[in-house]
Amino acid sequence: MKKTITFTLNGEKRTVDVEPAEILLDVLRDKLGTKGPKYGCGRGDCGTCTVLLDGKSVRSCLMLAVEVDGRKVETVEGLSRGKPSPLQEAFIAHSSFQCGFCAPGILMTATELLRKNPRPTRGDVQEAISGNLCRCTGYEPIIKAVLSVTKKKNKK
Amino acid sequence: MQSLKVVGTSPPRIDEREKVTGAAQFVDDIEFGPNLLHAEIVESPHPHALIEKIDVSEARKLPGVMAVVTGKDFPYKYGLYMKDRYILAQDRVRFVGEQVAGVIARDARTARRAAKLIKIKYKPIKPVLDQMAAVRKQTVLIHPDLGEYPHVPWFFPQAGTNIAHWRKIRKGDLAAGFKAADVVLEDTYHISRYAHCCMETHIAVGQVDRSGRLTVWASSQSPHTQRNLFAEALSPLGFAHKDVRVITPHIGGGFGGKAGVTMEILAAAFATVVKGHPVKVRWRRDQEFYNTYMRQAVVSKLKIGVKKDGTITGFEMANYWDAGPFVEYGANVVNSSGLSATGPYSIPNIKIDSYCIYTNLPAAGPYRGFGYSEMLFGVESHMDRLARKIGMSPVEFRRKNGIRRGQSLTYGAGMNEGDLQQCVEKVAKIIRPEKKEVSKNPDKVIGKGMAVCWKGPAMPPNASSAAFLKFNEDGSLNILISGIDMGQGLLTVMAQIASEVLTVPVSKIRVEMPDTDRNPYEWQTVASHVTWSCGNAVRRAALDAREQIFETISRAYKYTPESLYLEEEQVKCHADPTFAVPLKGFVIDGIMLEDGTFRGGPIVGRGMFMPEFMSTKCDPATSQGGHPNPHYTLGAAALTLEVDKQTGKVRVLKVAEALDCGKAINPEMVRQQITGGFLQGLATALYEDMRFDPKTGRILNPNFTDYKIPTALDIPDEIIPVIVESPQHDGPFGARGIGEHPMIPVAPAVANALYDAIGIRFKSIPITAEKVAMAIKSGKKEVD
Repeated sequence: MKKTITFTLNGEKRTVDVEPAEILLDVLRDKLGTKGPKYGCGRGDCGTCTVLLDGKSVRSCLMLAVEVDGRKVETVEGLSRGKPSPLQEAFIAHSSFQCGFCAPGILMTATELLRKNPRPTRGDVQEAISGNLCRCTGYEPIIKAVLSVTKKKNKK
Repeated sequence: MQSLKVVGTSPPRIDEREKVTGAAQFVDDIEFGPNLLHAEIVESPHPHALIEKIDVSEARKLPGVMAVVTGKDFPYKYGLYMKDRYILAQDRVRFVGEQVAGVIARDARTARRAAKLIKIKYKPIKPVLDQMAAVRKQTVLIHPDLGEYPHVPWFFPQAGTNIAHWRKIRKGDLAAGFKAADVVLEDTYHISRYAHCCMETHIAVGQVDRSGRLTVWASSQSPHTQRNLFAEALSPLGFAHKDVRVITPHIGGGFGGKAGVTMEILAAAFATVVKGHPVKVRWRRDQEFYNTYMRQAVVSKLKIGVKKDGTITGFEMANYWDAGPFVEYGANVVNSSGLSATGPYSIPNIKIDSYCIYTNLPAAGPYRGFGYSEMLFGVESHMDRLARKIGMSPVEFRRKNGIRRGQSLTYGAGMNEGDLQQCVEKVAKIIRPEKKEVSKNPDKVIGKGMAVCWKGPAMPPNASSAAFLKFNEDGSLNILISGIDMGQGLLTVMAQIASEVLTVPVSKIRVEMPDTDRNPYEWQTVASHVTWSCGNAVRRAALDAREQIFETISRAYKYTPESLYLEEEQVKCHADPTFAVPLKGFVIDGIMLEDGTFRGGPIVGRGMFMPEFMSTKCDPATSQGGHPNPHYTLGAAALTLEVDKQTGKVRVLKVAEALDCGKAINPEMVRQQITGGFLQGLATALYEDMRFDPKTGRILNPNFTDYKIPTALDIPDEIIPVIVESPQHDGPFGARGIGEHPMIPVAPAVANALYDAIGIRFKSIPITAEKVAMAIKSGKKEVD
């Protein structure tokens, strides 16, 4: 009972055959070679599999692949075509991530935040990324980097 | 010493770009092609039972199943310090979740379906689920043949009991010490189990190719140690070390949980039965909780005597560690922390007994802090109480008693460099524990507390590091080491050390994660010792390369090597200010002489470090003699917290934590370790709360819904990391490690601050909001 789905992945139309029970995370990683989203818990607790679906952050481990048919999916791979995004540059400058396993998920959540709210407060950033767990950093260097993008925007 | 140009600065992490673009590859991101097989493990539902029969016939029949294996296929024992476990259970299971059989199939779903078809008949045995019950006479033995297990010479298993190791320290005259005291305080502290919770779960892919060589891709802190243990355990199958290769790409966190060997041996063993195919074993999040290591629980019984002037006269401690059913690594946690159980104080009269005890709970072992976070909760709570009893401020008490260089350690050797007084001074100045603060909200109370910490690397006396350093045509460098960067910044710091010696900028140096075929030996990346140990190896490799550079120039230009120096990627000469040869021109191709011949050739540096002064030889009855720890790193934390009297919820308003790292090679990364480590410690103090079924020892909350780790909303309002630098004489540029230390003083500092706020002494962790609220309501002054 395979179903063929077509969706936009990081700006490119992709078509793939999936089983009805297959989850989006596995299809992205194993069938489409998009390894940015990671398996961390398989039940929506940790956020390492976060992708943007029509611009909104979702847990790809909790979505069925068939649900994205005809829709738009963005992953970390889509953020830096040509050169890193200002948010990615800010994370590099702050050495924000340690092990980096949570980074692809946090990048998507923070990208969503900055698109919706280009001038977030510290509290807004904390709230936005509170569904993405990071065990290494204590979150401070991540929050600082996101706020630094905001500051640059304020100067303009 | 010349002024440093790169060491002591904070260039960004050299692997950060990979990590924020999604380029960084973790094991699960590597493509193995359509021949990749997936394994599923059948786990014991019993905490303690004999295996009577395993029927795998139905599982084998399922299409897509390539092999089904049980303990009989791998009757090999393994273990890092004590060989007390098997790859798959043999005739007995010892905890709920123990791996009993494995299915290897074309896809993960088939493997899972087949695993359900395996029928196992068990004969349950009474489990021992508590370490205090496990040491009672007439108890059930978890390892009846303990006396026959091979182990390192510094372990003392007690055959015929559940005590896997007993570390004793005896020093001075304890009775006289207590007699001389004005106040003697005796009490018991309980420290629970905790889980590392790396964001990446354990994963390994094993492959025996058709020529017979074994490769394992593993998320590991210990690629060379794994290679050694795989080769040893599987030696009956004919593997030599040269035929075993461990590749470690980026790893998604370690914290001690990926040290040594745990589930990776399954991938190695399974690969031997499906030759030619890679086999992937990836732990689910729940397996990550119960089937790697956890942190050990401990019951600490403490008795300390002090004089009115604050002098500590006697120290008696018994630590009962719940190590689970396999202590091959955990027994060294008990050993190492047992040798240091006084905390950072030099005390003349000591009696310490540390018992590593088998139980039928999941296996426990190393976790950031390696026993010190656990045992210092009791010690630093106790010291605070004693200070208050004699009317001395807790700050003054630590300033007076904090260990100083040259003072005698528990085992008799002298303390190394380090300035605990300065750490105490600096955090006290920021937090001002003596100054009372009052909340504007009548429901809230503010309290302040502090604790000091120390920790030395727990390692065999011959644990070593090695480095190769290769120049390229353009004067850039590749450094090969086998130290692991699990986020702490090792790759960057090694690049900085080489850069300092060779004047090649960090941006022109690549340091990557290891492959045991290509990269030279490193014991393991544990114990906060690689900045020191691997750093020394890299520094020596850079010095070796520099010597070769000067030798080449000297042969081509007739200047003596002694007259040459490096500056901005050029060789210069003290004797001739106009002389300058760029490295770029000759580090591979050599230098052409007038007759057209060449001198020199590729510059390849080699460096090695082994701490040759270490020794574990001592009198086992007293632990006197020897030099089992190379050095200690000292630190202090102080914090201000606010307690909501209605809900019991605790919020940390401000924290200062100082560590004496000898020399901060990259100060920003030191500060980041403190920031991250503090939060990890805070969660153990307040809410990470592991629960077990009291009848079976099955973990009840192996997930992030029920075992809460901190989110971005749970951070302190303000955290101030402080760097203190008293150079380590044998460290690279004076550096010593700080990776684990930020976590260690946090739990007692929180307990001490809570006492300051509400006058209630909590003697166990976690101190959950519920516990705090109930204690306030009941009017209790002490909570066990």
